[in-house]
Amino acid sequence: MKSTDKSNGKLVVILLITAVIIAFTPLFLLKDAEFGGADGKGNTLIETTDPDYEPWAAPVLEVILGRELPGEVESMLFCIQTGIGVGIIAFFMGRFVERKKWTTEEKEG
Amino acid sequence: MRERDGNPQRMKGVCMTKKQKTLITAAIVFAGTFGTVSEAYAMHIMEGALPVGYCLAWGAFSFPFLMAGFFSIKKTVRENRRALTLLAMSGAFVFVISSLKIPSVSGSCSHMTGTGLGAILFGPAAVSILGLIVLIFQSILLAHGGLTTLGANIFSMAIAGPFLTFFLFRIFEKVKWNRKLSVFLAALFGDLFTYCVTALQLAMAHNSATTFEIALKENLIIFAGTQIPLAIVEGILTVVVIIGLENYARPELKAAGFLKEDR
Repeated sequence: MKSTDKSNGKLVVILLITAVIIAFTPLFLLKDAEFGGADGKGNTLIETTDPDYEPWAAPVLEVILGRELPGEVESMLFCIQTGIGVGIIAFFMGRFVERKKWTTEEKEG
Repeated sequence: MRERDGNPQRMKGVCMTKKQKTLITAAIVFAGTFGTVSEAYAMHIMEGALPVGYCLAWGAFSFPFLMAGFFSIKKTVRENRRALTLLAMSGAFVFVISSLKIPSVSGSCSHMTGTGLGAILFGPAAVSILGLIVLIFQSILLAHGGLTTLGANIFSMAIAGPFLTFFLFRIFEKVKWNRKLSVFLAALFGDLFTYCVTALQLAMAHNSATTFEIALKENLIIFAGTQIPLAIVEGILTVVVIIGLENYARPELKAAGFLKEDR
C-alpha cells in the first residue's frame, strides 16, 4: 500500500510538470503570436465565411455598461471563478485527507 | 429503479419516476419538432454569433438532456448523500478548469472544459447541469459565450463532450485497460470533441460565402487545432484528481459507483 502511494505521488508530480510544460511552451516558442481567444478568431472567420451576417445580440454586461468589459475587470472575474472552484475542491480534499489520517491512526493505535 | 410496493408512500416514488420519464419523452418530442422546423445549427460561441433559428434549435435540442440531468442530480441528492461531495467537486473542477485560458501552439488562447471528471463519475446527464451553471456564469458576468448561444454552447461543452468521455471510459473499462490511462484518454477526447462540435455548429450556420466543407475545415483548424495541447492537459489534470480521490475518498467513489463495492 505504502509503495503504491509513493509511485502515485511520483506520477502526480510528473503529470503536473508535463501539464505546466505543455501549457507554457507555446508562449516561449511563438514569440510574435498575440494569444487572443480562439472564440474571437472564430468570430473573425464568420466575417469571411458569411460576410452578410450581422451579430444580433451583445453580451448582457456590455449592454448594461454600454461598452466592452475592461480587460482587467474581466481577468478579475475569471479569477473569482477559479477561486470559487479551487475553494470547494480544496475544502473537501482537505477533509478527505484529514479523515484518512485519523482513520489510519485509529487502526494503528 | 422499478421497485413495486403497495405502500402509497412508495407508490408516490414510482409515480415520480414515471412522471419524469413522461417529461423527458415530451421534451424529446419538443426537441424533435423544433429541431426540424428550423434547420439545426453549436464551444463558447459568442453572443449573437448564431442566427436566431440555430439558437432556438440547439436550445431545444439540449433541453431533454438538461432535464435528464436535473432528475439525475435530484436522484443523487435524494439517495446518495455520500456521493454529493464528489458532485460538488466535479462542478468545482469545471469552474476551475474552464476559467484557465491557456496559450496554444496555434498562437491563440483557449480554455479546457473540465466536464470529463463529472462525466466519468456521474454520467453525462448530470454534467449537463454543471456545465449549464458555468456557462450561465460566464455568459452573464464575463461576457464570455452568450445567453443567445447558450443552447449551442451547452450542447457542445456539457452534452456532446461528456457523452463521448462517458462512452469511451465505459468501453475502456470493458476491455479492462489501465484505469488511469482510460481516464486520461476519455477526458482528452471528450475535450477535443467539444471543440469539434463547436466548429461544426459554426460551419453549419455560416457558410454562405464558401461551402460547408471549407467552412468546417477552417473552423476545425481554429477551434480543434488550438485545443489539441489543451485537451492533453485536461486529460492529465483529470487523472491527477482521480488519483487524489482514489487515495483519499474511496467511500465516496464507491458511493458514486466508480469503484466496485468489494475491495
